[in-house]
Amino acid sequence: MANMQNQKTPMPVRDAQERITHFHQVALGYTYAQMKAEADRCLQCVHHPCTQGCPVSVAIPEFIRALKEDQVDDAYDIITRTNSFPSICGRVCPQENQCEKYCVRGVRGEAVAIGRLERYAADHHQPHPPVRPQSSGIAVAIVGSGPAGLACASDLAQAGFEVTVFEALHEAGGVLRYGIPEFRLPKAIVDDQLQQLRQLGVRIETNVIIGKTITMDELMQEGFKAVFIGSGAGLPRFMNIPGENAAGVFSANEVLTRINLMKACEPGYATPLFASRHTVVVGGGNVAMDAARCIRRLGSRVTVVYRRSMKEMPARREEIEHAQQEGIEFLTLHNPTSITQNQDGFVSAVQLEIMTLGEEDEQGRRRPVGSGQTITLDCDSVVMALGTTSNPLLVSSEPRLKTDSRGCLIVDANQKTSMDRVYAGGDAVSGAATVILALGAGKKAAAAIIQALTES
Amino acid sequence: MRVLEARKLNEQVTLLKLKAPRIAGKVRPGQFVIVHQDEKAERIPLTVADFDVQQGSITVIVQAAGESTRRLCALKQGDQIRDLAGPLGRPTDFHNARSVCVIGGGVGCAIAYPSAKACHLNGARVDLIAGFKNESLVILRQEMEAVADDFILISDDGSTGNKGFVTDALQQQLDAGRRYDLVIAIGPVIMMKNVCRLTRSYGIKTLVSLNPIMIDGTGMCGGCRVSVGGKVRFACVDGPDFDGHQVDFDELMQRNNTYRPDHVCHLKEAR
Repeated sequence: MANMQNQKTPMPVRDAQERITHFHQVALGYTYAQMKAEADRCLQCVHHPCTQGCPVSVAIPEFIRALKEDQVDDAYDIITRTNSFPSICGRVCPQENQCEKYCVRGVRGEAVAIGRLERYAADHHQPHPPVRPQSSGIAVAIVGSGPAGLACASDLAQAGFEVTVFEALHEAGGVLRYGIPEFRLPKAIVDDQLQQLRQLGVRIETNVIIGKTITMDELMQEGFKAVFIGSGAGLPRFMNIPGENAAGVFSANEVLTRINLMKACEPGYATPLFASRHTVVVGGGNVAMDAARCIRRLGSRVTVVYRRSMKEMPARREEIEHAQQEGIEFLTLHNPTSITQNQDGFVSAVQLEIMTLGEEDEQGRRRPVGSGQTITLDCDSVVMALGTTSNPLLVSSEPRLKTDSRGCLIVDANQKTSMDRVYAGGDAVSGAATVILALGAGKKAAAAIIQALTES
Repeated sequence: MRVLEARKLNEQVTLLKLKAPRIAGKVRPGQFVIVHQDEKAERIPLTVADFDVQQGSITVIVQAAGESTRRLCALKQGDQIRDLAGPLGRPTDFHNARSVCVIGGGVGCAIAYPSAKACHLNGARVDLIAGFKNESLVILRQEMEAVADDFILISDDGSTGNKGFVTDALQQQLDAGRRYDLVIAIGPVIMMKNVCRLTRSYGIKTLVSLNPIMIDGTGMCGGCRVSVGGKVRFACVDGPDFDGHQVDFDELMQRNNTYRPDHVCHLKEAR
């Protein structure tokens, strides 16, 4: 008999006052009893609508049934048939827009907490080292060790390919390493996933910038039969408003990289972090929430400024709620028009134009319209979380790679680029998107590469 | 990456020759590398001063400024560096200039020298003006002399026998009738600003090599943004060389001050 409770079993979280003093994980994960209660809310629909919402088609009712039957290891194996990274996806996927959006329980109440159950299976299964398959001897190079690259590497390695992942930074993981904070995705989980890939035979080479240290031609000459580019998003976007280059104005990428990759907030680490008393974070996406919450943990008052209303904010509800609990203030329907500097060139205030909502845009979101009226908000730091434009590094060194007007790589239905035997996926193709969409693109490319290289 | 050679050039400046075969095979004058000494160190961008493809080595010259650079300067032959990535940035475009004046200020001479050498090897007439605070800080004197037609060594206090700023020396060259189709200025921001002010009045194209705050060096963090001709450019991917007459040096000086001691988060000590 299903649990007919209309609400999700709540996720245990750390107290907000406590958690803003450190970077430990906020959502603690279900207990056994909570997992059982939530798994029992699943109706095991025969037509499993949830799976259609999953970019990597996880057999959701099947793994939940295994959980109901206390077969946690089976649940994990079912998920990993199509998704090698459940401990990551269970934490950072926007399930409410994917699998949970289609859940039948969502009609009368809240959807089954599929993400939380996925996380339980990932966190509680009995780990066993992956079996390294018989090698086909065919080498494939992966550019970038973020979600797209790792997903592609995982599928190729399981199919017996010799995979080498090249990473420009000194640590692997891409956005999972430098972008998403520890309190949402512990780095030990990323390390563990990388370790599993190494056990599958994947080689990871850090400090290699493809296009600079090694060219695409050299990769092919070195014997790689195909290349997958998952180099991620690139240059941070700014607003082009007066004062934006004042000392104390940062991109969210810079703040997050200092904190997550360089561990600027940990004892003994040399990378400095800017001290602020009141930080204005501009933007309403998940990156804005991550930056705001990181800065809040360093003791600053934080105000998130967003030009539309709460309703249009693209960040996950859960992240917004967590941010609010942590004392982060939200100033919606305001848009920066200029930043004031003191005589030393440091930020002293930001001018904000009051906005109203106008007509709907192509995506059905109401457009912000300026009112002409502005207010001044005193602050000593401004963080721009406005998304990114494409990274010119690889494309500028490889003119054969065709890009669209935004500088994103152009690919066909099989993720193949304009270059022979070169595939791409993730933010380098789509522009800034989610971890799971990048995983999906990496997997799709892996399938195309496997087909192309086994046929020939 | 192993340190093949570590040589103190003066009290504050150390030359490091590093084993880096892949980078040595790719790097061209003007490009930089990111050096990350160990897990806890900063990522430090350093312009490559020299390279040897046969030996598979690159040379960087480091001035002890903060904690991480001080520790780099203390490295000894045989020590290991955890991470070395590059080459990054665009190579210098010498515009095939035939008469060049290369100006180095302090540790900037570490980069001025290879630029002068590249122009010299390209058959250009090269004058080299090297400015230091005092005689004890002079580096690469013989190397610079060897590639320069006119070599002018000048110091703030006159201890090198020639007192003044690099701009004074450049003015003297111009007054003496020297004509340049390119000036390359590498050194403290204020020096590059002053050189550019002078060359602008003579209409001489001037390249500067900028060294703003940077973390990844691959076009991700945006920390290295500079205003060039009123547009935001990223030194790591668009530079580090820029047309000096277009650069907003005052803004760059302010930005380079971002992490002065009273603006650094001290939470880590508190915890």
